Amino acid sequence: MTTVTWTADEIMTVTAARSLRDRMACFVGIGLPSTAANVARRTHAPGLWMIYESGTLGAVPDHLPLSIGDGILAETADTVVSVPEVFNYWLQPGRIDVGFLGAAQIDRYANINTTVIGDYDAPKVRLPGAGGAPEIAASCREVVVIMRQSTRAFVDRVDFVTSVGHGAGPGDRERLGLTGAGPMRVITDLGVMEPHPETRELVLTGVHPGVDVAAVRAATGWDLAVSEDLALTPEPTTEELAVLRELTGSA
Amino acid sequence: MIVPLDEAVRELVHDGDTVALEGFTHLIPVAAGHEIIRQGLRDLTLVRMTPDIVYDQLIGAGCAAKLVFSWGGNPGVGSLHRFRDAVTSSWPVPLEIEEHSHAGMANRYVAGASGLPFAVLRGYSGTDLVAHNPHIKSITCPFTGQELAAVPALNPDVTIVHAQRADTDGNVQLWGITGIQKEAALAAERVLVTVEEVVDTLDPVPGQVILPARVVTAVSPVPGGAAPSYAHGYYERDNDAYKAWDAIGRDRAAFTAWLEELTGAASLAGPQPAGRAL
Repeated sequence: MTTVTWTADEIMTVTAARSLRDRMACFVGIGLPSTAANVARRTHAPGLWMIYESGTLGAVPDHLPLSIGDGILAETADTVVSVPEVFNYWLQPGRIDVGFLGAAQIDRYANINTTVIGDYDAPKVRLPGAGGAPEIAASCREVVVIMRQSTRAFVDRVDFVTSVGHGAGPGDRERLGLTGAGPMRVITDLGVMEPHPETRELVLTGVHPGVDVAAVRAATGWDLAVSEDLALTPEPTTEELAVLRELTGSA
Repeated sequence: MIVPLDEAVRELVHDGDTVALEGFTHLIPVAAGHEIIRQGLRDLTLVRMTPDIVYDQLIGAGCAAKLVFSWGGNPGVGSLHRFRDAVTSSWPVPLEIEEHSHAGMANRYVAGASGLPFAVLRGYSGTDLVAHNPHIKSITCPFTGQELAAVPALNPDVTIVHAQRADTDGNVQLWGITGIQKEAALAAERVLVTVEEVVDTLDPVPGQVILPARVVTAVSPVPGGAAPSYAHGYYERDNDAYKAWDAIGRDRAAFTAWLEELTGAASLAGPQPAGRAL
């Protein structure tokens, strides 16, 4: 009998943390991406170089920042640069290995919406908007998306393309002149999706322990394809959980 | 050069102006925003990359006719509900929006500060922002033939920023997360800087950013003028205030009570004592 218990959010965050490798340069969004990146840095990726869009390069905060511009990020960074510099000198030329994003909506080609739910000119819900996401999704070498899964969030077609994933399929990123590989992994509280090498459509490649495939498909707004080599996510370790809970204050 | 905040806002900000109150989480000119609300300015085009709770307050107070921005939210907390109410229900007045990405806005300011008509960036391609914003166009590189995005220069009538210190001549020291403040100031017709303190002589500070007096129109001493955001070296971000705003902003009645307290308190208290002292 196992003594380690964990929540769906915890295995999502730990799985996302594991997708980051040591010494990567990672453009970190606030919220779940920031939590996961900070778990990674405290466990298997001590050399993770975290960039927040406030211009703090190489921040090593001793607690989770509430926002991308918290003082702790500036205090601990290798350097602090202006906003034009972080976008023009660091992001645009492709110096960042991975962009780590969340979203309100995502579709089968991993296009992301953080702008509006409903019609743009008469929205049902007005969301914060693009921020740095369009260029992070365009220019980082690859993108990892972390978000909770439901039919509201995983939709057949996003209401607004804030950031391009794989467009409408093969060849679209190249046609659009996007220099990075785009979203290579979508990690949720239920499992992991990756783009099919040929169709570029998201395929379920992994499920978390205790989650059955039917539940993932039921939480997806399109007919989600499932990989023949479906993986089972390794359970969070005691160490990973301890680090995560210390960070989120849920220890 | 050194003038009280109420006087500076009265002289530099007018109905219908394009106004940028910049600050990237750090050094947000909150007190100046509140003074604009107190003076009842109207039909402003408000510009800022990251409109947060002080812009929510300005929008809720009916000061803005248009918002030019790239991310409108309560950082780390959620949405701006006055902004949302204005966009979805035109309350208290309709709000036109012009929406960019951070990279687009940053480059608009850079072009404005550089005296150029537009900026070029590798961005926006494939996004729906292009279809909804006539200020994003495509341009072909004359050297390589690459298709890139072009955005027009942004030159506010007035830019307001908050900084740590100024000297009595109006030279400004600003450090920590420097965001887009320097570019926004250099792009503007008029520049108001609120500061934590005015000193006779500025001490050299590593990593300092100085706005020389010649690009600054007025300096107003407003200790604590960035709260609940923070001023590096002076005070920390009041995260609880950002969380508390969520409940006030969600509810028109709670917001109206907040607004009455802000504007009512001002008329009773009179001019800002910190400004008068200098």
